[in-house]
Amino acid sequence: DQVLHIVPETFQQVQHLQHLCSTLLLDLWKPLLPEDIWAGEDLHIRVPAPLVQEIKDSLDQHMISYKVLIPDLQELVDQSMPRESSHRQVPEGYVYTQYHPMEEIYQWMTEIQKSNSELVTQHYLGKTVENRTMYYLKISQPSDKNKKIIWMDCGIHAREWISPAFCQWFVKEILQNYKSDPKISRFLQNLDLYVLPVLNIDGYIYSWEKDRLWRKNRSPHMNGTCYGTDLNRNFNSSWGSIGVSYNCSSEIFCGSGPESEPETRAVAQYIERKKSDILCYLTIHSYGQYILTPYGSTTKPPSNSEELMHVAEKAAAALMGKYGTTYKVGSTSLILYSNSGSSRDWAHTIGIPFSYTFELRDKGTHGFVLPPDQIQPTCEETM
Amino acid sequence: AAMELPPSHYPAARAAALATSYLCYRRGGPGRGLALRDVRRARRQDIDGVGHKYHLELVLEDVLDKDSTVNCTAEVLYHLGNKHIAPDVQFTIEGELKNTNEADNIFYNRIKSLEKELVAENIPDSHGNVSPELEPIHLLAWVASGYVIWQNSTENTKFQLAHVKHVKQVKRSDEYLEFDYTILLHEMVSQEIIPWQMTVLWHPRHGVRVTQASRQPKH
Repeated sequence: DQVLHIVPETFQQVQHLQHLCSTLLLDLWKPLLPEDIWAGEDLHIRVPAPLVQEIKDSLDQHMISYKVLIPDLQELVDQSMPRESSHRQVPEGYVYTQYHPMEEIYQWMTEIQKSNSELVTQHYLGKTVENRTMYYLKISQPSDKNKKIIWMDCGIHAREWISPAFCQWFVKEILQNYKSDPKISRFLQNLDLYVLPVLNIDGYIYSWEKDRLWRKNRSPHMNGTCYGTDLNRNFNSSWGSIGVSYNCSSEIFCGSGPESEPETRAVAQYIERKKSDILCYLTIHSYGQYILTPYGSTTKPPSNSEELMHVAEKAAAALMGKYGTTYKVGSTSLILYSNSGSSRDWAHTIGIPFSYTFELRDKGTHGFVLPPDQIQPTCEETM
Repeated sequence: AAMELPPSHYPAARAAALATSYLCYRRGGPGRGLALRDVRRARRQDIDGVGHKYHLELVLEDVLDKDSTVNCTAEVLYHLGNKHIAPDVQFTIEGELKNTNEADNIFYNRIKSLEKELVAENIPDSHGNVSPELEPIHLLAWVASGYVIWQNSTENTKFQLAHVKHVKQVKRSDEYLEFDYTILLHEMVSQEIIPWQMTVLWHPRHGVRVTQASRQPKH
């Protein structure tokens, strides 16, 4: 739409203009009514986009000179509205510095997609043991480029509450700052982010309602006398070989077989399908303050070990730059303990080059029960 | 002959955690807790017929004042053999630890003057919050758990206090304060959460003593 400025010179011009305004029902900004159009007086009319050319031709034909006052009305309207405000883009009132139960996280995902639909879509991944739906968020800037993927999952272990809190924070940060932060906008030009805020939904809910320090999922075994498989021992990477228990009552019970759990299968099947596009697999845990590289089942370093370590070390240094928090970097088998069936190891063995486990704050003083006043600094430094 | 160990790898990390727990038990109180900040250096010595001895250089931080750190050296000897004997730990702290007399006396007098015995549970709560009046009770549990951790550690374990389930004060006729705790310990290698009951004695001038501790069955 355009707004034209005309100063009619003769009575004939006035008549013509009055005629145009009434027959085409043009929007007169000044004066208000066609009968108030006078020769020698300013005339401002808004012309709808489809009629712009026709009106201009008509004015030319009648030798009426005009100036374009506003070349693009929509643009002006957009600029004057507070669309850039962060409130519009993230659910208003969602407190990222508090822990949220699963119900609220489901609502948050719906809201995030609704208020950021140009960038975020919510997708079905699978179902849990207790038949709850697993969703992931895809953050992607529309473009004709085929972009590589960075996958991040949180909450594979129920008691590690800071992990889902970080995933939510991460999404919020990206969406609030992708227009203003050049690093983030460049990032999104070349990469898509896929975020699974809670992988072990049943376990997470159980840790809210029944047992704060629950770790595994909620699959029943032995006729319902024992519950839970450690999802991070259930993936198909040297499954069941070391650092596990075959006994359901153990916290590191690896399940009845590799990918025996629906949660594991949901993630594994999806990642397997997209693996040729996935550049980086990140899985977020607590506690310990580590950036862990493959493998847990052997001390033999992975093929791209040097590059893996180099990137991890740079990440740890950047992290420390924020609040001085130290993160140790290295393979699980050397830094922590031996384990098999971890999602991170599996991702690397199927060909995803950059595969890391993050163990967030702290080092044990609070352990799994990290107070909410540490959510912000933990998330900020990890960003 | 002592072998140099990478400080960030788990053998050194586990020995360091144990040394810190023991040290905290010996030097800590309701007004002072010590946590491991960093392992500077670690060496291991295999002594035939005896066990593995770790020589450690550690940096510790004050749990209540993270900027306050202190260096220390420690030796941890894990004994060979099937019967589990608690490891031997010796340590030297460089410099002085902060004086907590004032805070200790305030806490001591507050508890001594309670009409009804103190009872509390779930410290911290699910979200990680501890009310200010219960902070010393929480810290005392942290310090006393050092004893349990020390007594039960091996080269294949790494314990941390995860939670205080329940605490009940036991009134005494002498000058000591006595608390009966049920705590949850997190063991890193097995990822198990292990309940433990412990009886803890404390006095501002005599320090912390665990007089009785027993592992509880997992609910």
